[in-house]
Formats: sequence, C-alpha cells, structure tokens
Amino acid sequence: MDSSALLLSRLQFAFTISFHIIFPAFSIGLAAWLALLEAKHLRTGNAVYRTLFQFWLKIFGVAFGLGVVSGVVMAFQFGTNWSVLSNMSGPIQGPLLSYETFTAFALEAGFFGVLIWGRTRVSPWFYFFSTAMVALGTTLSAFWIMVNNSWMQVPVGYVVQNGQFVPDDWTTIIFNSVVWSRFPHMLLASYLTGAFCVASTGAWYLLRGKSRAEALIMLRMGLVLAALLMPVQLGFGHLVGDYVHDFQPAKFAAIEGRWRAEQPASEVVIALPDPVHETNTYEIKIPVLGSIIGSMSMTSKEVGLTDFPAQDRPPVLIPFATFRIMVGCGLIMLVLAWLGSYLSVTHRLERSRLLLWSIFLSFPLPFIAILTGWYTAEVGRQPWTVYGVLRTDQAMTPFLTAGTALSSLILFGAVYLFIFSFGTLFIYRLLRDGPSRHATALPYDATPGRPMSLAGGDAAASILLPAGE
Amino acid sequence: MVMFWVSVLAISMLLYLLLDGFDLGVGMLLGLTRNEASRTIMLRTIAPFWDGNETWLIVAAVVLWSAFPVVYATALSALYVPVVVMLAGLVLRGVSFEFRNEAQRRWIWDLCFAGGSLAASFMQGVMVGALVEGLQFTDGRYSGGAFGWTTSFAMLCGVGLCFGYALLGACWLVRKSDGQIRALAHRAMPVLATAVLAFLVVVFLHALNKHLPIMHRWIDRPYLLVFPAIGGVAASILALSILRQDDRWPFRMVTLIFVSAFGTLALSFWPYMIPFAITIDSGAAPYSSLAFMFWGAGLFVYPLMLLYAVVGYRVFRGKLEPAAYRHHRSGNAHGGARDSLHPAENDANVRLGSASRPR
Repeated sequence: MDSSALLLSRLQFAFTISFHIIFPAFSIGLAAWLALLEAKHLRTGNAVYRTLFQFWLKIFGVAFGLGVVSGVVMAFQFGTNWSVLSNMSGPIQGPLLSYETFTAFALEAGFFGVLIWGRTRVSPWFYFFSTAMVALGTTLSAFWIMVNNSWMQVPVGYVVQNGQFVPDDWTTIIFNSVVWSRFPHMLLASYLTGAFCVASTGAWYLLRGKSRAEALIMLRMGLVLAALLMPVQLGFGHLVGDYVHDFQPAKFAAIEGRWRAEQPASEVVIALPDPVHETNTYEIKIPVLGSIIGSMSMTSKEVGLTDFPAQDRPPVLIPFATFRIMVGCGLIMLVLAWLGSYLSVTHRLERSRLLLWSIFLSFPLPFIAILTGWYTAEVGRQPWTVYGVLRTDQAMTPFLTAGTALSSLILFGAVYLFIFSFGTLFIYRLLRDGPSRHATALPYDATPGRPMSLAGGDAAASILLPAGE
Repeated sequence: MVMFWVSVLAISMLLYLLLDGFDLGVGMLLGLTRNEASRTIMLRTIAPFWDGNETWLIVAAVVLWSAFPVVYATALSALYVPVVVMLAGLVLRGVSFEFRNEAQRRWIWDLCFAGGSLAASFMQGVMVGALVEGLQFTDGRYSGGAFGWTTSFAMLCGVGLCFGYALLGACWLVRKSDGQIRALAHRAMPVLATAVLAFLVVVFLHALNKHLPIMHRWIDRPYLLVFPAIGGVAASILALSILRQDDRWPFRMVTLIFVSAFGTLALSFWPYMIPFAITIDSGAAPYSSLAFMFWGAGLFVYPLMLLYAVVGYRVFRGKLEPAAYRHHRSGNAHGGARDSLHPAENDANVRLGSASRPR
C-alpha cells in the first residue's frame, strides 16, 4: 500500500468525476426541457417553441457528447485504480451499472436518432414520444447510478462470500430506503440546472436586446419551473439529511461541525473547524436548533465527532464547507426564482435590469451546488468506500505505485483541460449566436445525419457519475 | 448462466473489434491524404456510426465487470498504462470529431483524431498480446509491475492490430466512397493485407511454440482447425477481390478473417479468461448476479441493442450519396461551419459544404 498512490488515485477520481458529473446533470435537465418544449409546441402550435427546441437540441448534443467521452474514462477507472473494490463489489455494482448501460443504450441511443433526423419522417406525436423517451432514458440512467451509489453509502441486501459482496436480495438493494430521497434530490438538481441555464440565457438575450420573443419564454419558463421545484428540492434535501443522520452519524457530525456530543444540540452556522485541537474557531451558533434539525426534537442528544475513533472520522473541513456552499447556492436560486416569477406575473421583469443581471450571472450556481453536494456526500463518507464495510485505503489496486498514478493523473488532467476549454468555448458560441440562426425546421430533402452519433455512449458516460471517491 | 454471459461478452467484444475497428482504421488512414475535402469525406463515411460502435466497448466492459469481476479487476489493474493511454486516445478522438468543424485550425483536431485512433488501436493490440503472452502472477495476484506488459510480442501485436484496423478501415472506405478516396484505399489494401496476414501467421506460430498445452489442444481436437482454415479461405478470396478491385467483398472477407482469428484465439485458451491464471468458472460472478442480469438485461434489452445496431447500419447502407460530395442543397440559409457540428440540420451537406469553401 502506497499512501501517495492512494491520494493520487483519489484525486484522479475526484477530478474526472467532477468534470463528468456536470454534463449528465445538464443533459438530464435539458432532455426534460426539450420534452416540455415539444409538448408546448404540440398543444399551441406556436413556432417559437419549435425554434427553441432546435436551438437547445444542439446544446444538448454537445453536452451529451462531452458526457460520453468523459464517462468512458470513469467506467475503466474502477478496474485500474480500485481493483479490490471492483472485484469485491463487482457482483453488486456490475449488474446495476449493466442495467444502466443497457437501458441508456436502448432508450437514449434509439430515440436520440429520431430527434436528430426524424423531424420530417415521423408523425409529430411520435416525435414527441421520442423526445419523452430520451428524457426517460436519461432519468433511468440517473436512477441506476443513484441505486449504485446509495448501495455504497448504505450497503444492504448482501452477504460476504469468498471475499466478495454477494447479492442476497435484489429487491432490498434496488429499493434501498435511501434511494427514495437521494434519487429525487439528484433529479431535481438536474432539472434546476436546466431551468437556471435556460432562464439565464433568456436574461442574457434580453440584456443584449436580441431574440426577444424566445428570450422572454426562456426566462419565464425557467424561472417559474425553478420557483416551483426549489421548495420541493429543499424538502428532499432535508430528507437526505435525515438518512445521513440515521445511517452515517460521523458524516452528519462533520457536516454540522459538532465535535462533542450535546444535549440539546446547537447548530453551527459559520465556523472554521480545527481538526488539530478538535474544536471550531470563529464560531457562530444557535442553541437548540441542532436538535431540531437532527431529530425534530427540543431535547435530543446529538453525537459529536469525538464519539468516533480518530481513524473512523471523515475529514471535517471539506464536508462542513461544501455543505454550506450548496445550501447557500440553493437559497440564492430560491430568492431569484421567486422574485423573478413575481415580477414576471406583474409584468415588470423586463424593466428590472438589476434582476436580469443577477439571473444571468447565476448560471454557475446550480453547477456549483451539484459539485459541492457531491463533495459533501463523498468526502463525508470517508474513510469508507463501501460504508462501514470496505475502507478506501483497502479498496485501491494493491500494487499501484505513486509514479504510475501520477502520470495517469497528469495525462487525464491535460486531456480534460484541453477538451473542456474547447467544449465550453463551443457551447458559449452556440449560446452567443442565439436561436435566430436555427429558426428553420429541417429541409425536406435532408440527408439523415448521424442517428447514433452523440447518442450511443451515454451509457458509458453515466456509469461514471457518482461512484465512490 | 455462465455460458450465456460468456457468449454475450464474446459477441460484444467481437462487435467492438469489427465495428470500432473500421472507424479507428479510417482515423489512422486520415494521415494518407493532406487534402481537406478528402479528409472530410473520409470522416463522413464513419460519422453516423462511430460512437454507436464505441458503445460496444462500454457494453463489453460492464458485462465483464458484472459477470466476471475478478477478471475485470485483474486485467484492468495489471494493464493500467495501456488502458489509460487507450482511454486518453479515445477521448481525444471522440471530441475531435465534433470540434474540427468548429476550429480555425483544423490540423490540430485532425492530428488528435489520427493520433488518438493510433494510440487506442496500438494499446488494444498490446493488451491482447500481453494477455496471450501471459502476465506474471504470484499466488493468484498480479505481480508484474506497471510495465509487465512491455514484451516484444505484445508490441508486435500492437503493430499488428493497427494494420488490421487500417485494413478494415480501407475496406470500409472502398465500400462507402467513390473517386479519389476509393482509389487511395484500393492502393493501400494490398500492402495492409500482406502485413496483416504475415502478422497473423507469426502470432499463431508464436503461440503454438510458446505454450505447449495449446499445441496439444489443437492436435487432440483437429476439428478446431476449422477456424484457421476459414481464415485461410477468406484470405484467398480477399486477395482475389483486391486484385479485381471489388468494392464489397474485401470488407466481408476481412471481417471473416477477424472472426476466425478471434475464434482461434478464444479456443486456444479455453477455458481460461486470463490465460493460465483465471478460468471462466473461477472468474464468474455468483449465480444471483448473473440471474438478475439475465432476466432483464440479457433476455430483453441485449437483443434489442443488437437489433438497433442492425437497423442503424441498414438505414445508412450503400455508398455516400453523390450529393454529399457537392455543395449544400438544403434550404437553410445560414450555413457556416459552426452549424455543421450538429446533425440536426442536414449535417452531411453542411459539413462538406463548409469544407470545400475557402477559409
């Protein structure tokens, strides 16, 4: 066991997954947005929805493509850097990810082709159906990924035989209680990402005075969607917190920045945790609120980090900080969405340039929230890869050396930065040019372009989402 | 149940070899011409297929992981460096396809495309070679170090697979295009075919020479020789069809040669999955995992995926339409290279259109 190889492997996983998760989250949201646009067009016959659809389909395609290529890497990383984990948990994680790959392949690849070249070849209803199937495909992928990650967070339904986790009860594994708070939380996060990107694009166009009709629709639909979903998201966030409280008390204590058990417990709002002295500096806290948040009680006793042996505690600073950043982003988004929806209803939205600027500049917030949310979940469950059963330092490929791990980290780092810069530039150019250039529908004599292109691989891609860090 | 998943794995791997093989090959052949328009047409012949093809790599990987976790963990960790380089190559290549339409300096992405294809092909060959040669194991654990795969035989296999893919790519181009590109591919084919056949013979002899147990298998069960025999027949038909400048038969015959080489290799090492270390039965996942996958993914979704692949190829069968060589004929006024990234609007024509326009 080489401790720097371990650190480098963890860095590599964190790096590739951070890069990867952005694109599937974005494309899940956009797929739902496309289905919504197509439904609106079918109902109203308004050509603006068609224009918007064609425009966002292109951006969806690019996000999808980047998700695919970054995903291929993740699938193989389990075997290269975490061979003990992939051997032990293969009988459980393998089938779950197979279902993910297979369903994604069948639904997304199949119907994405229709989206690309089928506009003039199939009936409008079938076209809408295909849009919905692509959205369903991305959602199902996310579901299997979340089942898989939830099993690593709260392993159930298995027995250990010959050094492997052998599935004992698939129903228990798939319907793991924590899946039902974590999957909606992730799905809503993706929808909110889509909604906010659409709304901020609309705000951007209004500020620049271009594509006014499309911009207003994007802004309004995005804001109203976000205004409705955001409170639901906060509710599911609370449920996710409940599972952490019940199943992963050390992670919960780290997020709360609580070093010693308290009864009733106070809630730390801001502080700088100091792991050396096992205390917080610059602390601001509210009495009793900690017990209310933790157990819905005024008097409950809440555990602290020092209740766990030092080697079983997660690092404190990262989950403590990332959790607060995630919640902060969510609250800003909530305020913007509500304020924007209110002004939209009262027809004052266009005139409020300050709000338009705020909405435009808020486009990174959902991405930051998703990334920090995952850091909270994944760093917080350390030192375990499969919680309570397999430690991270035991899961690594035993003979991996620091030199090998470092060279692959550098190689992936260089390749990803290279393609990421160009991919971002490309999406930026598409957004900058706006929908007006895509106003026409497909010409009748269009040669089928690339039915499977961009599609086939999401399977691959999505494999990577959240597995263990 | 184990046999079912071995078959699924074998089919997926073979499909990957054949399908991504030809588009990796076309990627390498991109270096044969400096002409911008020719390159665009070459890419156009694989445009509708390449990432569907690449998906079979992922399918093979997840099937290997779920049905044979030990094999997956052992092979991938032992072959760390080749796997990483292959992935980097595939990533670069995948985005180049999308980005070159967008770029001011296309040569960067052409270089990434050809280089990525070459790196991925070479490393795949190296991995097969290293597995055939036998990795070093101590007490059932890999002990060869980060560069245990760097034998001369593995390097030879890397070069061999590059030739093999390039040959497949050339046959594909002949099948899908006309004019200059077709002529170029016809000129490349005899050279590539000779190199591949020479390589296959060397590998076969090397394997027999090095691993005596295999020799016994072939001597005991001579009917197994039917695979190399099919390969031999296919090679002769290939030679004939190359001489007659045929467009359709070379691709079929090279496919057959690949299938028979794959079959020969698999039968040589049966029942080992990692030669002389892990057998099919000792590597298989528990029954509960295999059965869970069988009743959903295996029985229903997998056939659907095969069907979908067939339909995809049916839709785009035949040579590129002549129209694709000319300018846009679409009614869209906008044009411009940027739009051509996405197939949503008649991308074939726009792609070529933008390529032939002075930049």
